[in-house]
Amino acid sequence: MRFDLRIIASWITPGARVLGLGCGEGELLYHLKKYKGVACTGIDQNEEMIAVCIQKGLTVLQGDINEEVLDYPDDAFDYVVLSQTLQQIYDPSGLIASMLRVGKKVVVSFPNFSHWRVRGQVLLTGHAPVTPELPYQWHDTPNIRVITLKDFRRYARQVGFEILKEADIHLNARGVEGKVIRFWPELFAKHGIFLIGKPGASG
Amino acid sequence: MSEYIEHDSTGVSVGVVQKQTFTFAEPPDAMELESGASLGPITVAYETYGALNAAGTNAILICHALTGDSHVAGYYSEADTKPGWWDNMVGPGKGIDTDRYFVICSNILGSCMGTTGPCHIHPETMDPYGLDFPVVTIGDMVKAQRVLLDHLGIRRLLSVIGGSVGGMQALEWAMRYPEMVESVIPLATTTRHSALAIAFNEVARQAIMADPHWAGGDYYGGETPKLGLALARMIGHITYLSDESMRQKFGRNLQDKTDFSFNFDADFQVESYLRYQGAKFVERFDANSFLYITKAADYFDLEKQYGRGSAVKAFSRAQSRFLVISFTSDWLYPTYQSRSMVQAMKKSGLDVSFCEIEAEWGHDAFLLPSMRLTTLIRSFLERIFDEI
Repeated sequence: MRFDLRIIASWITPGARVLGLGCGEGELLYHLKKYKGVACTGIDQNEEMIAVCIQKGLTVLQGDINEEVLDYPDDAFDYVVLSQTLQQIYDPSGLIASMLRVGKKVVVSFPNFSHWRVRGQVLLTGHAPVTPELPYQWHDTPNIRVITLKDFRRYARQVGFEILKEADIHLNARGVEGKVIRFWPELFAKHGIFLIGKPGASG
Repeated sequence: MSEYIEHDSTGVSVGVVQKQTFTFAEPPDAMELESGASLGPITVAYETYGALNAAGTNAILICHALTGDSHVAGYYSEADTKPGWWDNMVGPGKGIDTDRYFVICSNILGSCMGTTGPCHIHPETMDPYGLDFPVVTIGDMVKAQRVLLDHLGIRRLLSVIGGSVGGMQALEWAMRYPEMVESVIPLATTTRHSALAIAFNEVARQAIMADPHWAGGDYYGGETPKLGLALARMIGHITYLSDESMRQKFGRNLQDKTDFSFNFDADFQVESYLRYQGAKFVERFDANSFLYITKAADYFDLEKQYGRGSAVKAFSRAQSRFLVISFTSDWLYPTYQSRSMVQAMKKSGLDVSFCEIEAEWGHDAFLLPSMRLTTLIRSFLERIFDEI
């Protein structure tokens, strides 16, 4: 399993109820179900992905994550996971609020736009950055939200939700291996993974 | 549903099967119907495939659609040229694997394929029932299926699977006997007919009742309302296809001619096709059964019956796990109807999976061979079997 997903999996308590938004092929959910006895539900828009998940024995729904999440009652899940997708969401505030409503805790991860290669490209070439993690041109990128680690932390303070855990990481090209970046993560981490809790919640 | 009965291209089949019958509800123990009327005796025609395991945990009930029958798979004899209506899905190693599961399908109440319906003899008058046959509901059909399962010694169902009107029965099972049903796979179906669906059914019924040979339903032994029934079938057929599939299949192609005939013969292929489908249908189906079953489908309203108008409340009775499947080009039971049932299931905390399959064949897509559908059903059943 991918390094970033392994970190997320390690944060989730056995037997929990987990909702995976944009679950793709269900790699994380399958792991959680099989090894941690987690009750998983996945949502993805793509029929092919849904079929792959059902073949893995997962409970999954085909649909738009922004809309599908609205149907669940408050605190229906212990964790809601949005992995590597926040940068593609049109209304991130609305989605994060929904996730914090239906889940007791929320995991979000995203590519860090303040990584030195991104900064360097803008500064030196004057072009919008294209990196292995962000391999798109300005006109064809699905990544419509430019987020940095600092921005997300500031947003947490502004909105009032609590960051319970943070892992700033480097992922190698295939994503399987990686490491946690402790020195100057704002500059050297390619991705940030955050475990957040409802406003006022702690632990 | 249409007929797409062809030999499975893989050549694999459950083999020769036999239609069986079971009779119950002999007066004075007639079955009470939702309408308040009672019916008895009732004979149910059914078929089974595979074997029930010792623990009794591998039984699957398949519910057929409007004009289907108990003959889901296999052949009636070595010389039989046509297999059952879902032979591509049901058989050894197939999506619904008869090597692993015990599969049951029975003909629905009110039909004309072996189960008691309007063409059967009324025990008091010794004439065919005709319109003396009481109006039955989807709930009544399911109640009769339950009696059959009791007779077969089946206490739990691994899954109830059905498309279209069969999907309504599957949903009804989850409501009526929640403790018996581990999982449900409703395909191309709805919790209640839209006005559009009722409208098509009503036009089809009117076509039958406008045929002078219908004679108030009392036509047995004489001329039957062939023209009306054929017309009803043609209307139905249009709703089972889609704009896309009709364009691909027929376009504006002419049938056996190079130019218009400037009369009212069938010029276009689509006309010829519909006429053929209509004519073929009257050979095997009873007009009164068509009236009764379409009425049952129109009356079906899961929200009203089990949730006082709320689907969420209705589904809170259910205990099954669900796999809901819709098809992109189905305009009879469009995806939004499946989505709204899925939404209600989510709100009532049920374990539900949903997939909308990209298919151009309209409502009929659930009957056609599809690797995607086969894989979804096979995997879901394996999961449920592992989890119980």
